[in-house]
Amino acid sequence: MANTNVFAFAESRGGELRRAALEAVTAARGVADSTGGQVHAMLAGAPGIGGLAAKLAACGADVVIVVESAGLANYNPEAVAATVAARLSSGAYRAAFFVASAQGRDLAPRVAAKCQLPIASDITEFTVSGDAVAVKHPGYTGKVIQSFTLRAATAIISLRPGAVLPKDNAKAGTVEAVAPAIDPSSARVVVTATVQSEGAKLDLGEAPVIISGGRGLKEAANFKLVEDLAAAFGNAAVGATRAVTDEGWRPHSDQIGQTGRLVSPQLYIACGISGAIQHLAGMRTSKTIVAINRDKEAPIFKIADYGIVGDVLEILPVLTAAVKEAKKGA
Amino acid sequence: MDVRFKIAPSGISVDESGLKFDISDFDGYAVEAALQIKEKQADPAASEVVVISLGPDVVQETLRKAMSMGADRAVQLKYDGPIHDSYAIASALAAELKGGSYDLVMFGRMSIDTANQATGTIAAELLGLPIITAISKLDIEGGRVKARRELEGAYELVECPLPAVVTIDEGIARPRYPSLKGIMAAKKKPLESKPAQVGEERYKLDKMELPPERAAGRIIGEGKDAVPELVRLLKEEAKVL
Repeated sequence: MANTNVFAFAESRGGELRRAALEAVTAARGVADSTGGQVHAMLAGAPGIGGLAAKLAACGADVVIVVESAGLANYNPEAVAATVAARLSSGAYRAAFFVASAQGRDLAPRVAAKCQLPIASDITEFTVSGDAVAVKHPGYTGKVIQSFTLRAATAIISLRPGAVLPKDNAKAGTVEAVAPAIDPSSARVVVTATVQSEGAKLDLGEAPVIISGGRGLKEAANFKLVEDLAAAFGNAAVGATRAVTDEGWRPHSDQIGQTGRLVSPQLYIACGISGAIQHLAGMRTSKTIVAINRDKEAPIFKIADYGIVGDVLEILPVLTAAVKEAKKGA
Repeated sequence: MDVRFKIAPSGISVDESGLKFDISDFDGYAVEAALQIKEKQADPAASEVVVISLGPDVVQETLRKAMSMGADRAVQLKYDGPIHDSYAIASALAAELKGGSYDLVMFGRMSIDTANQATGTIAAELLGLPIITAISKLDIEGGRVKARRELEGAYELVECPLPAVVTIDEGIARPRYPSLKGIMAAKKKPLESKPAQVGEERYKLDKMELPPERAAGRIIGEGKDAVPELVRLLKEEAKVL
């Protein structure tokens, strides 16, 4: 008898649920509906984290496994991995979903190793059938789509952020309290502090709109124009090219591209970005792409739905004003 | 220059003709960071930087490059086929690392081709060593690793005791260019080649396809006069405003 239940790891930070948690639960719900099993979501954190269980139930968790301990206030990779692995080893799960955020990319391979299971990483599509799981993953910096077969009793799947959109599908969400599988204070790897970056209001992975700046902005101070446009949208995050982060105009964590963040927002506005292949790799799956660049031959225009040729420093303030006006009317 | 990228007739690998292989970005940072740690030791000559790569003979070129940067010796775990199962790759690397009594093992945070970001972590777990992943800053102090990890909109400060494994993100160190002297010296440094002990592959590539083409781009106008049309299209056509 094949396993039917499906596990989802519900990521949180500082006592707040991350969008990744809802994506993982939604993915698990889809599989459980086809296997006829239940979704078990695990939430780990400081005492009180269990209060978030209802949000997981709303996305389809039948059971919410709550792991509370003062030693889990910061992400505790070894204690969380041990607790997830213990659950997977005893729970007869068909699949276990993680989201390949910074935390998920750290956690999922730890769990796979502890369970001696293979892992499918950074997955954009998946189909669970009988004894195999078919998955897709963009490889070679997005130049190809690779199709893989994963063979394991429990398929460990780490989803690309944004690959699954959270959906409401309310289930019971029965809370089951569980103790950490190892004493969190015995962990060798210790997160001593989690520090919020300055100015980071909305994360690149979660923002429906991204305004991104390149070398065409000419100097760090001109990023103010990009920030103003982001503020006019109200639901936008600010990104940058590698040239810009290498110059130190923006932090490395803002870099979108092959070696940085991979994003797929609803709207991506590329400001003064020529469209080097390494940048395109990080954003080409965006739904709508707008490019503003002085050079009409720039590669970014080949993939932009809407392009404006011209000086980004002159166009941005006008666009910001127009977006403000449009938002007012909305 | 971006070389034309083609899928080989097998459908599961890349046509490598005309492609030049190089050390990947993250591995380059890792080699540089390792060299800097060695150079900071009271007696640098007493410590050794060893570079290990799993793959066909073409990886020897990469290993020589790392040695021309300053690594002392290299090991190729020879494996000719394509392989994508992080667990199987990590098993082979862990088998090699096990006997090495390394104080610190560094991986690039991910490869550029498969970008799984799992191999280093699984190898660490198989070795029973603590691991800190995707670090952008690294200090070794009093037998402990002190590192910084970038998160979405935040960062973590993380510590663990040595011996340990770390995987390296951007921002840690810019790789040095090999000097002519380094390149000459690297030719004489030892490069050992032995078969990789790759475990069972449970994650297999079935096919590769080119991603769906985006519809050809459209330039809607020039200069700030095009802004009203852009706003109209974002509202009415794309419905994102």
